[in-house]
Amino acid sequence: MTAHQTITAPEAAETEMMSGAEIVVRSLLDQGVEVLFGYPGGAVLPIYDALFAEPRLRHILVRHEQGATHAAEGYARSTGKPGVVLVTSGPGATNAVTGIVDALMDSIPLVVITGQVATHLIGTDAFQECDTIGITRSITKHNYLVKNVDDLPRIMHEAFHIATSGRPGPVVIDIPKDVQFGKAAYQGPQAVTHAHDYRPQVKGDAGRIAEAVTLIAQSRRPILYTGGGVINAGPRASALLREFAELTGAPVTSTLMGLGAFPAADPKWLGMLGMHGSFEANHAMHDCDVMVALGARFDDRVTGRLDAFAPTSRKIHVDIDASSIGKNVRCDVAIVGDAASVLEDMIAAWKSMRLSMDKTALAEWWREIEAWRARDCFAYTPDSKLIKPQQAVERLYHHAKDKDVYITTEVGQHQMWAAQYFRFEDPNRWMTSGGLGTMGYGLPAAVGVQIAHPDSLVIDIAGDASVQMTMQEMATAIQYDLPIKIFILNNEWMGMVRQWQQLLHGERYSHSYSESLPDFVKMAEAFGAVGLRAEHPDELDDKIAEMISVRRPVLFDCRVTKEENCFPMIPSGKAHNEMILAQEARDLGSIIDDAGKRLV
Amino acid sequence: MPDPQPASVYDLDHKAEVENLATFAVLVDNEPGVLHRLVGLFAARGYNIESLTVAETDRNAHTSRVTIVTRGTPHVLGQIEAQLQKMVSTRHVQDVTRDPNGLERELALVKVKSLGAERVEALRVADIFRARVIDTTHESFVFEITGAPNKIDKFAELMRPLGLVELSRTGVLSITRGADGM
Repeated sequence: MTAHQTITAPEAAETEMMSGAEIVVRSLLDQGVEVLFGYPGGAVLPIYDALFAEPRLRHILVRHEQGATHAAEGYARSTGKPGVVLVTSGPGATNAVTGIVDALMDSIPLVVITGQVATHLIGTDAFQECDTIGITRSITKHNYLVKNVDDLPRIMHEAFHIATSGRPGPVVIDIPKDVQFGKAAYQGPQAVTHAHDYRPQVKGDAGRIAEAVTLIAQSRRPILYTGGGVINAGPRASALLREFAELTGAPVTSTLMGLGAFPAADPKWLGMLGMHGSFEANHAMHDCDVMVALGARFDDRVTGRLDAFAPTSRKIHVDIDASSIGKNVRCDVAIVGDAASVLEDMIAAWKSMRLSMDKTALAEWWREIEAWRARDCFAYTPDSKLIKPQQAVERLYHHAKDKDVYITTEVGQHQMWAAQYFRFEDPNRWMTSGGLGTMGYGLPAAVGVQIAHPDSLVIDIAGDASVQMTMQEMATAIQYDLPIKIFILNNEWMGMVRQWQQLLHGERYSHSYSESLPDFVKMAEAFGAVGLRAEHPDELDDKIAEMISVRRPVLFDCRVTKEENCFPMIPSGKAHNEMILAQEARDLGSIIDDAGKRLV
Repeated sequence: MPDPQPASVYDLDHKAEVENLATFAVLVDNEPGVLHRLVGLFAARGYNIESLTVAETDRNAHTSRVTIVTRGTPHVLGQIEAQLQKMVSTRHVQDVTRDPNGLERELALVKVKSLGAERVEALRVADIFRARVIDTTHESFVFEITGAPNKIDKFAELMRPLGLVELSRTGVLSITRGADGM
C-alpha cells in the first residue's frame, strides 16, 4: 500500500465525498478490478470522464456491446475473477443482453454497469431510454436501479458479492446520469452494510456426505459426472476431484462446461458425455450403479431420453444451487454446497470412515469400459485431398498442446469437434457457450482471455457462420495488440443446422448455406491482422505452425470437407446406450422417431 | 405411481401426478421491482398464481411479506420453493400448506342484491358465517367476511341464489400457530 492510500484508509474513506462516477471507479479499484470492457455513450459520459484520470483501471474499447459481455465472460472464465462491463443506456444495454443471458446460463460472474437517462427523465421515453432493469430482471442473478447516489457505494460492493458468491452470475447496475454527477460519501467494501442478506450455503450437510461416500463405497459400477460447478469452485475443486477419483478409482466424465477439471491424460478420464460425447462416457453413465453428479445440472444435452437415463443408478447430486437438484432428474442423496468444500469433506469422510471399493467389481467395471473405449468412437477417415474438420482440430491440438494454451469456441459442429478432439489437462482453459449456445461468443471471449493472459496462446476454434456474428471485435484485437488466433473450420454451411436438416428434415437444406462468404484472408488484412488459408491436408501443419508463431492476430481460413457430420451422436429422444457412431449413421431419419424430431 | 421419469425433459410436466394447492409465505427485501421479480419468476417458469398478496410488514427492516397461493405437482411445488429461495431479495420462504401449524385466512367483501324472503335469508346466512354488514340499502347488503378460503367459497356459493352481485377477495394471508415467528 502506498503512503497516499494509507491516508485515505477506512475512517477517512467513510467521509470522503465523491461524485457518483468517481464512486463507481473507486469501488471497482477497491474490488480489485484491473480491466473493464466497454463502449461509451451519452448516459455514461461522467463515468468515462472519471476513467480518463484513472491509470489503474484498464478500459478495453470493444466494437459492439455484445462483444464487451463475451470478452468479460472470457476474462472471468479464464481467471476466476469477475468480468466487468460498462455500457451506455438504451441500445448499449440491449446490445449487452445476449452476453448477460449467456453468463446467467453458464454461471459466469459479471458486473455490468449500464448508464441510464437522468432520474427525472425516466419514463418519458427520453433519448436512448429503455427499461434496462425490466429487460434484464429475468436474465440476471440480481439487478439494481440506483436512484440515489448515497446508495451507490453499497450497491457497487454488494453487486460484486452477489455476482461472485454462491452460484455465480451476472449482476446489472443501472445508473442514471444525474446519479453519476451527484455527490455522496464513499464507503469501502468492508464499511458498507449490505441491504440483502445473501449468504449461500457453501458447506454440505455432514450426514448426507457420510451417506454419499458410503453409497459410493458400496457401488460396483461408480461414475463421477462433473460440470461447470467444479470449475467455478476454483482450482482447488479440480485438485480435490483428482484426489477423490484416485481414492475411489472411479471413472470420470464431464459436461461441456466442466472440461479441464479432470485431466484428459488420466486413464480414468472417459471424455465428455452427452449428445456428442464419447461412446464410453455415455455407456458408462447408462450402466452405472452409483452416479456422483458434481456441479452439473442434468441438462437435456446430457441426459438424452430421461426415462432411460442411467436406469439402474442411485444418484448423488452435489450442487451449490438447491433449485438444480431434483429439477430434471430425481436424486437419492442431495447435497447443497460448493463443489470444493463438499469434495474436501467427502475425502475426509472417506478416509475417517476407512472406506474402500470392491476391487474385483471395480476391475470388472473397468473391463466393460475399456471394451466401449475400444470402439474408438472418434475415429474418422482422413481424405488425401481434403481437410477433415476433426483432423484440423487434432492437428491444432498437436501443435498447441505443449504451449500455455486457452481455447474458446463459437457454437455448432466446430464446438463439438473442439470438445471431442482438443484435450484439456487443467481448469479455466476452455471457454465455450454451453447453456445459451451463443454463436459469436468465441472471438470476443478470446479477446477477454488474451487481455488476462497476454503471453499465452489463445485460440478461438470457430465456424464460418458463427465468426461473422461478432467479427467486428477483430478491430479490438488489433487496437490492443492481442495476438488471438481465430481458427475457422470453414465448410460454408451452418454445419449443425445442416446436419439436423439432413438427419431430421429429409435433406431439405432450408437457408443453411452461406451463399456469399467473405474472403477471410482479405478480411484479416483489412483489419490489419494476418490472414492464412489451408485447403489441402499437406499444408495444414505448416500453416498451423505459422499461425502459432506469428505474434499478431490471425484469421485462419481452414477449408474443410463441407458435409461432414458430428458423431457420435445420441439421436433426440434416445438413451445413452442408443448412441450412433459415424459408421452406423447412414439413415438417422429412420432412427429418430416423431417424438424425437420435436425436440431441439 | 406415475412413471418416475418422462421420455424427455420437454415432457417434464408430471401430468400423471396430482396437482395440489400450496401456499407460500415469502419474506422479501422491500425494494423497487421485487414484486415484478417474483411474479416474473412464476411467469418465466410457467407456474400458476392462484392468489397473491403483498404488503410491507417491517418498515425498519425494509421487508415485505408476500403470500402466494399456487398449484402444482409435488415436484413443481418443490421447484417453486427452491426458486423462491434462490432470489437474492428473498429472506425466508415458508411452505404454509405443509406446515401443520399453518393458518390461512382471507377477507372478502360480498355485495348481495335481493328483496323479501331472499333478503332475510341472506342476512341469516351471513349471521351463521359471522359476516358483518358494512353497507346496506333497501335492496342490498355489503358483507365483510373473513375465514379460510373454503369458508369464503362456501359463503359465496350460498349467496349466489340469494342475489350475489359482486365479490372482492384479498387473497390468502398466512401465519403459523404458536409463539415462534417466521
